[in-house]
Amino acid sequence: MDMDELENIAAHEQAREAQYAHRVRVCVATGCLSVGAEAVQEALEHHATPKGKHHCLVMGVGCMGLCGNGPLVSVDPAGVMYEKVTPDDAPDIIDSLGAKPVARLQCDTNAPFFTRQVKIVNENSGIIDPEHIESYIAHGGYSALVKALTEMPPHDVITQVMDSGLRGRGGAGYPTGLKWSTVAKTPNTIKYVVCNGDEGDPGAFMDRNVMESDPHRVLEGMAIAAYAVGASYGYVYVRAEYPLAVARINKAIRQAEKMGLLGNNIFGTSFNFNVEVRLGAGAFVCGEETALMASIEGKRGTPRPRPPYPAESGLWGYPTLINNVETFANIPPIIRNGATWFASIGVGRSKGTKVFALSGKINNIGLIEVPMGISLRDIIYDIGGGIPDGRAFKAVQTGGPSGGCIPAEHLDVPVDYESLKALSSVMGSGGMIVMDDTSSMVDVARFFMEFCMSESCGKCIPCRVGTVQMYHLLSKFSNHQATQRDLDTLERLCDMVKYTSLCGLGQSAPNAVVSTLRFFREEYQERMIESEVAHG
Amino acid sequence: MRTQSPPIDPPSDDKRWRIVNATMRRHGYMPRALIETLNSVQQAFGYLDEDALRYVSAALHVPLSKTYGVATFYHFFTLKPGGAHTCVICLGTACYIKGSADILQALSDHFDVKPGQTTADKRLSLMTARCIGSCGLAPAGVMDSVVIPRLTAAEAIAKVEELVKDGHG
Repeated sequence: MDMDELENIAAHEQAREAQYAHRVRVCVATGCLSVGAEAVQEALEHHATPKGKHHCLVMGVGCMGLCGNGPLVSVDPAGVMYEKVTPDDAPDIIDSLGAKPVARLQCDTNAPFFTRQVKIVNENSGIIDPEHIESYIAHGGYSALVKALTEMPPHDVITQVMDSGLRGRGGAGYPTGLKWSTVAKTPNTIKYVVCNGDEGDPGAFMDRNVMESDPHRVLEGMAIAAYAVGASYGYVYVRAEYPLAVARINKAIRQAEKMGLLGNNIFGTSFNFNVEVRLGAGAFVCGEETALMASIEGKRGTPRPRPPYPAESGLWGYPTLINNVETFANIPPIIRNGATWFASIGVGRSKGTKVFALSGKINNIGLIEVPMGISLRDIIYDIGGGIPDGRAFKAVQTGGPSGGCIPAEHLDVPVDYESLKALSSVMGSGGMIVMDDTSSMVDVARFFMEFCMSESCGKCIPCRVGTVQMYHLLSKFSNHQATQRDLDTLERLCDMVKYTSLCGLGQSAPNAVVSTLRFFREEYQERMIESEVAHG
Repeated sequence: MRTQSPPIDPPSDDKRWRIVNATMRRHGYMPRALIETLNSVQQAFGYLDEDALRYVSAALHVPLSKTYGVATFYHFFTLKPGGAHTCVICLGTACYIKGSADILQALSDHFDVKPGQTTADKRLSLMTARCIGSCGLAPAGVMDSVVIPRLTAAEAIAKVEELVKDGHG
């Protein structure tokens, strides 16, 4: 395999798709599949066949974003999108090809939900067929890997990633290039690259979407990383709760191996890279990198103190590069288009885009990709279409159990790592859950504390015992039985657990309490015994 | 690297052990294959019983205590057989905000089974999930591996009634 061959495959696939007068794409990612996308695809294929050989190509593709209105179908070249499609709509859609679109199903693609997005990670999502490597190659896939392997020495690749300003998309925002150069500098001959696909935050499904909709992009990003840091073996750690993502990544690995894009002597160079999938078994703490490595080694997923960092001593003691799915997915476009291009998107120290899973009490539910620096107000009211049922916005929760609740008065804050941190929240992996005035913030804090309490691995005492105590205190508030002393204890515990826990789970467990206490303190006070007495 | 056949015979001549053996063989019977192997036992048999834990321990040369530790650490593994049918209610944030806790309570009351447990007649296991990632369809549930979107309590009870009444399984 070389560049010419890759271009041949791309040209051949483009020509194959161009043979058809119309291309009908059906989303077959988890969201749409669970509302019947498979039956829709079958019905469309059934009705397309009698129309002649090259009339219409029905393709199963990845997520189109508006998951709350699935199953979604898009028609090319008409540029039309249909929502809530049923198998009974198939004849109408097929008959409408080349004529007027089916108005009753049409979804407005000029709405801000579509026009305000900037797609880098999801550029192929909803366009290519995730189960065909040729489809990825036809859209520029693996060209970044060829470019890196044949034109760039490893340190140039690292410089590009460093100059791009890309930071870890798993939540903490550590500069990716810096991490890579640390691993590259270690003298070991055995190194590992690990992709963290243990997306455990409730309300987050960005990484699942990338793995389901564009699995080759993740593999290409990993291969480029492996070349840059000098690794020849990689693991993709995926939750067992994501069976479709697991199946598609596995299929992608087999296809890439068959074409010589993974394996030994890739593109005729001396670079070898083999990838294996490892299944997570349902432990939130395994999203923490040292716990994740323990899990890959077949052990209980408990974290260990750092240093040594995985970059120096990771899997089986060897230097290991761990990045999140979305981070790897950003790599091919950075290599293809250059660091300057990437750094031109975003603000300040937060470059590029971020994918968010928008859900909760909001009109447009689904996956969005926006440039860093966009305001929360724009995301919620413009892209998200505001709050349904005429209710009032109360708070948006970002960052899952590690994050906090941001109230209406801070909606104009730009979405970047530093601004969110200043509001006692975190960027996190990208879950964004909108709450209206029917949600009680004390109950929300208790909900997240229950989560942290049962997901605590039990290794360190502040987290194991602290989360239990905080949960019981929050329950007292929920039941209107709390006293001033409980409030004081709760605040002290927040501080203690935050600063003395071993890993990120414990350190961020109090965030939900801290942020709700900061912005919605009156809700706590209303639920204290004294205030009940005072109010009669 | 160990690549020979397992040092002991499977607990029974059940054909499903072949799947488990294939997983271990693929990893050269290395102790690191423990989680992968338990995953394939769970997939083949639905749960991990004592015989399975003893067999996997011996075949991979992992102390039984460690195997038990791993099997009980991860939520995905279960040591008890489930009911004939399973209903999972997602308790992720998006589903929670939209009232999934009430749906769970309604199911629990109606079928007289606590979340995480199986009914006395072994017909139904009522489970909860941290987040099934179908937040766009909240509140969501999974009934015998089919995702059911936008549930209400009444609907959930009706669907589960239908599931349990069904003579199969």
